[in-house]
Amino acid sequence: MSGHEITFEPDDRYNAFLTTCRKAPHSGGKLAGVAVAVKDNISTRGIETTCASKILKGYIPPYDAHVVELLRQSGAAIVGKTNMDEFGMGTTTENSAFGPTLNPGDTGRVPGGSSGGSAAAIAAGMVRMALGTDTGGSIRCPAAFCGIVGLKPTYGRVSRYGLIAYANSLEQIGPMGRTVTDVSTLMGVIAGHDRRDSTSHNKPWTHTPRAGIKGLKIGIPQEYFGAGVDPKVAAVVNKAIGRLEELGATTVPCSIPSMEYALAAYYVTCTCEASSNLARFDGVRYGPAADLKKSWHEAFRDVRRAAFGTEVRRRIMLGTYALSSGYYGKYYAKAQIARENVKKDFARIFSEVDVIAGPTMPTIAFKLGEKSDPLSMYLSDILTVPVNLAGIPAISVPCGKAGGMPVGLQIMGRPWEDERVIDVAYTYEQAVT
Amino acid sequence: MATEQEVRHIAELADVGINTEELARFTHQFNAILDYFDILDRVSGDTAVTRDLYNVMREDLVEPSLPQEEVLRNAAAQEDGFIKAPRVME
Repeated sequence: MSGHEITFEPDDRYNAFLTTCRKAPHSGGKLAGVAVAVKDNISTRGIETTCASKILKGYIPPYDAHVVELLRQSGAAIVGKTNMDEFGMGTTTENSAFGPTLNPGDTGRVPGGSSGGSAAAIAAGMVRMALGTDTGGSIRCPAAFCGIVGLKPTYGRVSRYGLIAYANSLEQIGPMGRTVTDVSTLMGVIAGHDRRDSTSHNKPWTHTPRAGIKGLKIGIPQEYFGAGVDPKVAAVVNKAIGRLEELGATTVPCSIPSMEYALAAYYVTCTCEASSNLARFDGVRYGPAADLKKSWHEAFRDVRRAAFGTEVRRRIMLGTYALSSGYYGKYYAKAQIARENVKKDFARIFSEVDVIAGPTMPTIAFKLGEKSDPLSMYLSDILTVPVNLAGIPAISVPCGKAGGMPVGLQIMGRPWEDERVIDVAYTYEQAVT
Repeated sequence: MATEQEVRHIAELADVGINTEELARFTHQFNAILDYFDILDRVSGDTAVTRDLYNVMREDLVEPSLPQEEVLRNAAAQEDGFIKAPRVME
């Protein structure tokens, strides 16, 4: 069976898509004819891929990312590329060069980011599932803010080949969907070994979600309910954890002391990696033409100043500064020790509990324009970045509302125990729906 | 604490440019973030970071690559099958 296509003409009032494919071809397979949206930092052969940046406007990848090859083989119809914060740098999807995505639950609010377009497309019912990427929470944050499900897989579980790199050591492609079952199904398509990503492991996904958590031990870190976490959000999440206890789990209080400096370690690491990764955008191999009459420094500077957004330039500069002579030891080297301490904290807790639970985000979705100061936006990533520093799996599953907006329950697991994380989320979802 | 002069220098090193109008605001925000990063001074521990990584080796096999015209399609300036870049020598 091949040569089929579906028609995709959504009413995109939330600006969830940067590109839509009106006629989306597909083959046969377990996702035959299912409309799947793909975040715009994942390469799609023949379909414009911009990372929501002016510097990649018009760029048509000559090859597919590994996950896109797998999607096509599964029969999925790729119906479009979703909006995001430019290169994944943001928590709101407001840092898109092509305008913000709006939250379908309240169009005066952001959908979260950076995979905000994917989350909004699912929440608005335009697609059942979508791919996102998560460097410091970019799948889980918009999943929480839009009231959908999103999984950040264990680092190495899904190939990053064809993902336009922002911070290689932190980021993973992952599935987003309306239900835990949809997320698991999509994970079954994209997980597994790919020799083109040297960090890829041979851990394919053959799992079907199973309800039942009798005897499960859940760690509850005090830092996830402390200062900076909206008490209304904490209350909703506490109630959800109470539900997990009623279903047979036991909770164990715990602490992640390294969270004191985890966010700083995260931002030092990701900006350093970004400053190197984004050096390739200079208007030569792709992007707006560099002026060949100028010297290369001048030509590259002019293209990059005009075509990178403010936040992208800020992160490139922060990374350049942190890696510059005399500062390496103060920032990057310290951040790597901090990162190791985060890993050790998780390992210690996971020797006593099976999963860790808490809120995905410290607040509900921000109002548009509310996070105009960069540092205050960074601070809102505090509950999601530890997972990326440690490389462990985590899911956000809707668990109720605060102030009329969705709240996400975050469940974190041991490395390679993405299945257990899915099962806990599934158990909760089945109990409340 | 980074001065406006240092921020301008970093922008130059990173080839991202900076306008005079945005320099003061950029410097202010830059310093707020760097102040926050100072919390890393409290991190103690060995500088030798252990990583559970190991090398994965494979044969270096020659495989088909993308056709030249497809690779060049996104380049704004090209000549005789090559990509044109700004001159490196002054």
